[in-house]
This record gives sequence, C-alpha cells and structure tokens, in this order.
Amino acid sequence: MITNRKPTFAMYWAASCGGCEIAVLNTHEKILDVEANFDIAFWPLAMDAKYKDVEAMEDGSILITFFNGGIRNDENEHIAKLLRRKSKILVAFGSCACEGCIPGLANLSPVGEIVYTAFNTITTDNPHEIYPHTAFDVPEGELHIPKLSKILLPLDQVVDVDYYMPGCPPESHQVSAVIDLAIEVIRGLADLPPKGSVIGVGNSTVCDECPRARNVKLIKAFKRIQDIAPVDPTLCILEQGVPCNGPATRSGCNARCPQAGAQCIGCYGPAEGVMDYGARLITAFSSVIDANTPDEIERILDGIPDPTGQVYRFNLAGSLMKGAKSAWIKENS
Amino acid sequence: MTDNFEPTIIGFTCNWCSYRAADLAGTARMKYAPNVRLIRMMCSGRLDPTFVLHALSSGADGVMITGCHPGECHYIEQNYKALRRFLLLRHVLTGLGIEPERVKLVWASAAEGARFASETTAFVEEIRRLGPLSWGKAAIKEGGRIKDDKDSSFVIHLSSFEKEVPS
Repeated sequence: MITNRKPTFAMYWAASCGGCEIAVLNTHEKILDVEANFDIAFWPLAMDAKYKDVEAMEDGSILITFFNGGIRNDENEHIAKLLRRKSKILVAFGSCACEGCIPGLANLSPVGEIVYTAFNTITTDNPHEIYPHTAFDVPEGELHIPKLSKILLPLDQVVDVDYYMPGCPPESHQVSAVIDLAIEVIRGLADLPPKGSVIGVGNSTVCDECPRARNVKLIKAFKRIQDIAPVDPTLCILEQGVPCNGPATRSGCNARCPQAGAQCIGCYGPAEGVMDYGARLITAFSSVIDANTPDEIERILDGIPDPTGQVYRFNLAGSLMKGAKSAWIKENS
Repeated sequence: MTDNFEPTIIGFTCNWCSYRAADLAGTARMKYAPNVRLIRMMCSGRLDPTFVLHALSSGADGVMITGCHPGECHYIEQNYKALRRFLLLRHVLTGLGIEPERVKLVWASAAEGARFASETTAFVEEIRRLGPLSWGKAAIKEGGRIKDDKDSSFVIHLSSFEKEVPS
C-alpha cells in the first residue's frame, strides 16, 4: 500500500516511574529522527491525548508501540489490551513491562497491606484513616478510580508481546539503535527480528562486559558495598564479598555500575537461557562461599540481609513464583 | 487441611549414592511412602535451584534433594555446592512465604536403603502436616492473568481494604 502518511508511533506508561520515557528523550537529537519518520499517535507524557482517540483508531493502525510499566490495575490492563489491538508491533519497553522491576517487589505483600502502608504509616498524616474508594458519587455522576489487582503482572502475562527491551531504564544508546533499526525496517533496508526477540541488548551476561579481574577467590563474609573501603577498582565485586547480580544479568549496559565501582543490581533482567533469574543468582552467590559446614555457610549467608529482595530485585513478577504466597492467597487467620 | 491430602513430592537423587539407595530400598522390598517422584541426576551438584522453583510453582508440595555424604562425593566436592545452594534457597523461599521445611536435603549412601526409606516417609509426613502448597496450583489456575472484568476474584476493590487492614 502506497501512502503519503508517515507510520505512527505510540508510547504508554502503566505501573512505572517515567524513567523509560526520559530514556527515550535522552537520545538527544535522535528524537528528531523519530519525529521525522513517525507520526506520534499517542504519548501521554509528551503530548495531550485521550483514551477515546485511541479507541477510535482503526485496529492495527499504530505501527509500533513502546509500552513501559507493569500491569497493576484495571486501567493498565484496559490500555494494554487496547494498544495491543491498535498496534502492529508491541514492544515491552523497560524492566517493568518485561519483568515487573521495582514495582514488582510489591508482590511480596498482600495488596491490603500495601494500601495500609501507603495511607496509614508513621510518615503519613491520616488521623481519620481515610482510604480511597473506587467509586464515589458526586452531583455530576459517579466517579471511578482504577481497581488494584492482587499482584503486578509483566505485560506479556496480559497481552501478546512482540519484542522485549529490558533495562531500568534501557540505555539511551540501545534506544537509539532500536530507533535506527525501526527506521531501516520502514525503508525496507532491514528485516524485523524474529517475534519474541529481546532487542537492544547483548547476548551474554554483565560479567562478560565487565573489565574487572575474576580469579577463583572465595569469600568468608558477604558485605554491603558501603562497608568495604576502599573498593578495589580492578577486582571482581562479587569476589570482594559484595553480592553483585552481574552473573545472571543480561549484558547491554556496558557493565555501567561495576565500572563505576558499584555492584550490578540486575536491571537488564535474566541473561539468555535463564529461566529463573533468582535461581541463577542463588547458584552464583553460593559458588563464592568458602565454607563446607552448614553453620559456617549460614553465618556467611547472614551477610545478605534480604536474600529474596536481593536475588529478585527486578525480576520478582517475572519469576517462576511471581510473588510471595501471602500476595496470592489470603491466609486464614 | 483435608485428611486425605496426598502430597506430591519431587525427589532429586544422585546417580552414585542416593539413587542406588532408593534402588536398594526397592530390591529389599522396604515400604516407604509412594508420594515421591524421583528424578535421577549425575550428582546433587547438578541441582540448579531453578529445578526446585519449577517444581514448586508447577504443583509440587515439597522437594527432596538427596546426595552423597559430605566427603564422599563421586565428583570430589560437588555435594558441598548443593549444600550451599540449598541453604541460600531456603532463605529465599522463606522470603516468598514458603515454609523452608518444604525443601529437604538428605545425605544417603548407596548402602543406606533403609535410611532413604525412613527419611522419605518422614518427609512425606512433614509435608502432610504442612498441607498443600495450594498457592502454586492457584497461580497456575489463574495463569497469572487478569481475567475479564466480570470475574471479580482477581481484581480487588479498594473500598474493601478497611476490612482487610490489620487493626
């Protein structure tokens, strides 16, 4: 079909922080290439738009949608399904959409407890214990706010996803590379990668990109990075006793954190072939422990104050377990 | 808990010791609880924690990991690696709200058929006491997906929180 109209682009945020949108804008002058090659159909952060405008679009009329954020309420779910219908290519953009990210850690708590914490802790001034209601009558009619779901779900557990682009947020040079690829595809100069591909990433682990030296050193204690001074600038951080998530994490960021002297926290998600990110990290951390007796191993493991949060920091919602038992099942008490 | 709950247990056994211990228990016609589905590996050091999480999230109520006694590993020291992984895995499972007793590590040599049988039976009774890990099955049933709006079992109304919050 020959048309003079530019292909359209959309970007939406669900349960996320907005950092992914900043990462797109952070591509500097590359954003002008987006404008030159695409019509922006829907991008609430960058321009005014209404959901009803999207609903009025023809199905499949948006060429590519970057969807960032997980699915935490029924509004997120509605827009995810709507944009899936309207888009030819749906990209789970950023760690939240791919695997839950930090908002996914809320899957460790029942939803009632989350709301209670938000509205009724010592840092919140709420003496009358007022909680939000999903429906409220006003003279003009009934108002609704979105309903929370039990747990946060990554995008691909709600709708079909074409491509994944992990990172918290995706590095700007990777975003630029993906924009370049999309433009080349439109011009017929390149083919689309196979459906389900993880794009804008490397194919290995962060350790592979990390310039620090790895020996076969074993450790007698896990420590927090602020407790070791100075951090050796050339030696593997895990071998210095700091739990570093690099061994299980996908490459693509040029090992930015380890190069800056901090441990990898795992924002690029599971490396190629890793089924459960936390399980891979359990193996990695266990491999440096220098002890053979249960008591001594337990003493070393005590150096990791929050093992579950450590190994599932970005990946809980996308893990095999998806969340804690208490979030799934209401205990009988 | 229902009285007729039969736990589903996945057992990972080492080719050189505990699998032979199970074999010995069988050939000696020892009786033990039939709830364990054994999977043979070359070594307990092959045990990737992914296997355990996969089993628990797919409907198993407990996982038994067995290997050679410390110092007797066919591959010199791989069972120590299994021990380290097992201990860290228990911490992680606790954080996920799973009773750490649902995953058990047993050392059994090829001659210890009786020990294998008694440990298995004890473990099955322990899991029977804990009850089903119904959460794994609930997760499968719901498929992790939000169902359509008519089904309110998944979507929770904010207004119902007043009843749920701790007093």
